[in-house]
Amino acid sequence: MAAGVRELRRRIRGFKNTQQITKAMKMVAAAKLLKAQERATTARPYAEKIDAMLRRVLAAHGAAGGKLDGTGAVEALMVERPVNKVIYVVLTSDRGLSGSYNANIIRLAEAQVKERQGTPTASIVPVGRKAFDYFAKRHYDIVAKHVPVGDEATFAQAKQISSELTALYASGTADEVNLVYSEFVNAMTYRPTVSRLFPIGRPEGEAGERAAAPAGAEVDYIYEPSGPEVLNALLPRYVQVRVFRALLEARASEHGARMTAMGMATDNASEMIERLTLDMNRARQAAITREIAEIVGGAEALK
Amino acid sequence: MAPAGSGKIRLEVITPERVVLGEDTESIIVPGARGYMGVLPGHAPMVVNLKIGVVKFKQGGSYRRLSVSGGFFEVAEDKAVILAETAERGEEIDVNRAKAALERARKRLAARRDATVDAARAEASLQRAVTRLRAAGAAPEKVFGQAERERPEQE
Repeated sequence: MAAGVRELRRRIRGFKNTQQITKAMKMVAAAKLLKAQERATTARPYAEKIDAMLRRVLAAHGAAGGKLDGTGAVEALMVERPVNKVIYVVLTSDRGLSGSYNANIIRLAEAQVKERQGTPTASIVPVGRKAFDYFAKRHYDIVAKHVPVGDEATFAQAKQISSELTALYASGTADEVNLVYSEFVNAMTYRPTVSRLFPIGRPEGEAGERAAAPAGAEVDYIYEPSGPEVLNALLPRYVQVRVFRALLEARASEHGARMTAMGMATDNASEMIERLTLDMNRARQAAITREIAEIVGGAEALK
Repeated sequence: MAPAGSGKIRLEVITPERVVLGEDTESIIVPGARGYMGVLPGHAPMVVNLKIGVVKFKQGGSYRRLSVSGGFFEVAEDKAVILAETAERGEEIDVNRAKAALERARKRLAARRDATVDAARAEASLQRAVTRLRAAGAAPEKVFGQAERERPEQE
């Protein structure tokens, strides 16, 4: 049974190699996660200020009536219209080995598409290779794509995606644009989310803000060059920030998911190695015992 | 934040990538969409569109500079916030890189006649490079607004 021992030894070596890789990937993912989290944190003040500013400008201009701007360019992005075409922007990673991260997002996106099938036709804008591969293979209507997305979200990337989506919405190619991405909760938890980008709703948290500062909100601002012009410049920026935040969340989730998945793989490998080592030792013991028995038996026979 | 009436105005400069600055100042000059404008403590609430340019702010009687590339400027209650796409403090600008960028932009603009170079983008990068050099103190400071007029009309 010496062959059994050799075989076991070979398998243990194989698991050790795998473990080395998964361990390295886990560590790399941990480092990237840290960086991604930091970027998400540093991006927050800007996002909050833009939100607050947009809320204030909208309040000052009685946006409730929808009469914002003579040109109508701004209203077009905010006013709801009958939805005939929906776009789902699906943010995944480029690479796998990240547990159920991509599968969860894709499943959510597909469920959304199926749920709304019929009246509105759905198109996909994949951001990340995994999403593109999945939806392209199944012949979904892909109107734009961003592949690969890379490991790090940049504002330039967010800008490019935003301007594309804005053009799609403004041209009437879509009547609604949704972002499907993973919200980062912590390294173990990430929540697949759908959030509407167009038409632009009022920034979140508005109700609370109103209630909190009923008088303060009425401060009269001077707008330079003019309210509508400020709003015109502000809205695209707001869209970019929304996309940027989704990208940041997606990246942080990806690295978190990969770290967890690779940590688990490393643990599983350890367990397998332990079990195989035990088997190997047992097989070796058995072989030695048998050999001794044979030698003793042989010596007996010679007597 | 400086309390109201203390003669100081708090300036915060924020980009999507980071918080660039948060300091008390005596006065601020920003590149508004319709020209440079100064803000002193106690200014009325205001929101201004910014274009690419140099932000100057006074501390202890002397000016410090920042380059910003577009964005918004908000003043309320002795607090001023600049939300810029990118912003750099004068002292952290890499002058050599800015000079190289300036050269590249000039070449692209010069080549515009024969090729279909994106002129608007080249103009913008030229302007950004000049602004960064000026913020770093490595280019002569022009009278406000003059630099823009030297070049073909923007937008």
